[in-house]
Amino acid sequence: MTSTVERSRRRKNRGPQDLRSEEELVAERRKGRVGLYLIIPGMAVLALFFAAPVMVLLGMSLYARPPGAEIGEFVPALEFGNYATVVGAYWEVFLRSFLFALIATVAALLIGYPMAYLVAVRLRGRQLMQGILLVLLIAPFFSSFILRTQAWKQILSDEGPVVTVLRAIAILPADGHLTATAFAVVCGLTYNFLPFMMLPIYANLDRLDTNLLEASGDLYASPLTTFFKVTLPLSMPGVFAGTLLTFIPAAGDYVNAALLGNNRDTAMIGQIIDSRFFKVVDYPGASALSFILMVLILALVMIYIKRFGTKELF
Amino acid sequence: MTTTSTIKDEARPKASSGADLHLANVTKRFSDFTAVDDLTLTVPSGTFFALLGPSGCGKTTTLRMIAGLEQPTSGTISIGGKDVTKLPSFQRQVNTVFQSYALFPHMTVLDNVAFGLKRKRVGDSVARAKAALEMVELQHLAARKPMQLSGGQQQRVALARALVNRPAVLLLDEPLGALDMKLRRQMQVELKSIQTEVGLTFIHVTHDQEEAMTMADTVAVMNKGKIEQMGAPRDLYELPRTAFVANFLGKSNLMPGSVTEDLGNAVAVDVAGHRLVMPKDRAVSHSGAAVVGVRPEKMRVLNLSDEYSPSANMLTGTVLDASFTGVSTEYLVEVPGIGTLATFSQNMGQAPARRGDTVRMTWEPDFSFGLDGSAKTTEGQDAV
Repeated sequence: MTSTVERSRRRKNRGPQDLRSEEELVAERRKGRVGLYLIIPGMAVLALFFAAPVMVLLGMSLYARPPGAEIGEFVPALEFGNYATVVGAYWEVFLRSFLFALIATVAALLIGYPMAYLVAVRLRGRQLMQGILLVLLIAPFFSSFILRTQAWKQILSDEGPVVTVLRAIAILPADGHLTATAFAVVCGLTYNFLPFMMLPIYANLDRLDTNLLEASGDLYASPLTTFFKVTLPLSMPGVFAGTLLTFIPAAGDYVNAALLGNNRDTAMIGQIIDSRFFKVVDYPGASALSFILMVLILALVMIYIKRFGTKELF
Repeated sequence: MTTTSTIKDEARPKASSGADLHLANVTKRFSDFTAVDDLTLTVPSGTFFALLGPSGCGKTTTLRMIAGLEQPTSGTISIGGKDVTKLPSFQRQVNTVFQSYALFPHMTVLDNVAFGLKRKRVGDSVARAKAALEMVELQHLAARKPMQLSGGQQQRVALARALVNRPAVLLLDEPLGALDMKLRRQMQVELKSIQTEVGLTFIHVTHDQEEAMTMADTVAVMNKGKIEQMGAPRDLYELPRTAFVANFLGKSNLMPGSVTEDLGNAVAVDVAGHRLVMPKDRAVSHSGAAVVGVRPEKMRVLNLSDEYSPSANMLTGTVLDASFTGVSTEYLVEVPGIGTLATFSQNMGQAPARRGDTVRMTWEPDFSFGLDGSAKTTEGQDAV
């Protein structure tokens, strides 16, 4: 309030010499230090909680274990061999982690998109129904992550409905299991990260102008063509955000693999890092794995963004 | 110069004449409200047809049913003699220019215009889309996205996108509603000339009576889901048949009274003690209660000392308000027993009457029109 008054007073008092336009004044203000001061808090948080830990991690990953040292005893060094060792031992796990995350992302997209479409487009204008469905979709995620994952063990158990049905229709052999399989891990990942896929797509489709769908139909496009030519392209920013928000945490997740997997062929990299760190007490190895994971995800995301994202849509 | 115009002419849609559109007993009910009520209507091919009415009169619903975006509750719609009532919109040879334009924001202007042709798998869709853009003089903006265009340009893209498909019937849903006055007038002229050129059947929905009258060959005035009256703009204006049409299409002075004399070709009506004459062929009823109507511009405003034809209808009243607009002076005149009448006199150099003056208003009986005696004289006055 006061500032507006002051500003207008100042403008009046600028006098005849000061004939600069508002734009010029804004430009001058931009050049000043105000902007710089404003980003300091954000930068400080980033430095403290992101940059510093990453540096610590990087340093730790190069520590060496002196001969005859006790378990968990390391000394600062530049032991690049740590990286070679963990990559040699775990490259398959990396590959599997990204594969699982990719499958879960695609599955979450295939499940989440129709759900988002139903709520945002089909139920447009029916706010009560929209509200109920959104709550139903999101409410489970107010409960514990671990508990929900544990519940999947029950769902996929040998006595559970899924196995019974799959055995009955002979998709699963009579002695087949779903628990402790890669399938179960991917199911868990898909389920747990579904809201991260659905909500950005929902937010996007909620703004979709349905006049465009009518226009498309008016221009001889069947409903299916309309979806692929109009709806889907327009919702790509939501799909893009959703896939990133699903893939990144899924790739580094270890809860699903730990609870729903086995210890032979479903290990994900998060699990390995966890056991290296807390069980084997191999801090440099765990740090090197974490660092590699971060860099790999960053690289994959960069390629993805370069390929699909930031394209000017409108 | 010559070459461009040749290309242009060849590329333009041929003057195919569109198709007849026929609506038979079409009704559309939404849960608690009848939007369109037993509408029967035939639009001959090649006509520029306007559906005119206030908001909520059912004109847009009618248009959407023709487009296939809405299903009629009952009745049939046929295009070129073929029943299309059950056909979904994408299978109808009908295109719409939407009020909001509904251009695809993720496509270039050219892709927008080529969209319909590509769906129909027309071979030279891009070339034809370019030609259509030339027709609306936007070929230089083909590579832009719709958001980068002005409102008027978007409007022309929407028109090109619909026209390029050479639909049997082109539907225009208040297509000029979002444009400013000047652009509106310009686009009205352009639309009319394009329609004449391509010879397609245009159905134009609007609530702007001036727009409907300047552009359409036939105007149907809609009110409460029904067509009140339909005809050439001039016929509608000169001889409205209902109070709604008389008031919505221009202004009218409507005076209720009762028929007292049969004069052969005309009847005399007693309106609050005044004897007003109207021809029988311009009157809905010839006996009993009747409403006499006259358009404000058909009346002459005279001083009490001026002479006037003895056969003319004449009313005397007091000027309540006189506003000088340059071309004319508009008056509101209070006539005892009848109420306030509107009239104006063209600026021929005479001194305008002033507020409080007593004036005489006269008009030839042939300018009178007669409505049903039960007509509500204010109906349609405030409709927008």
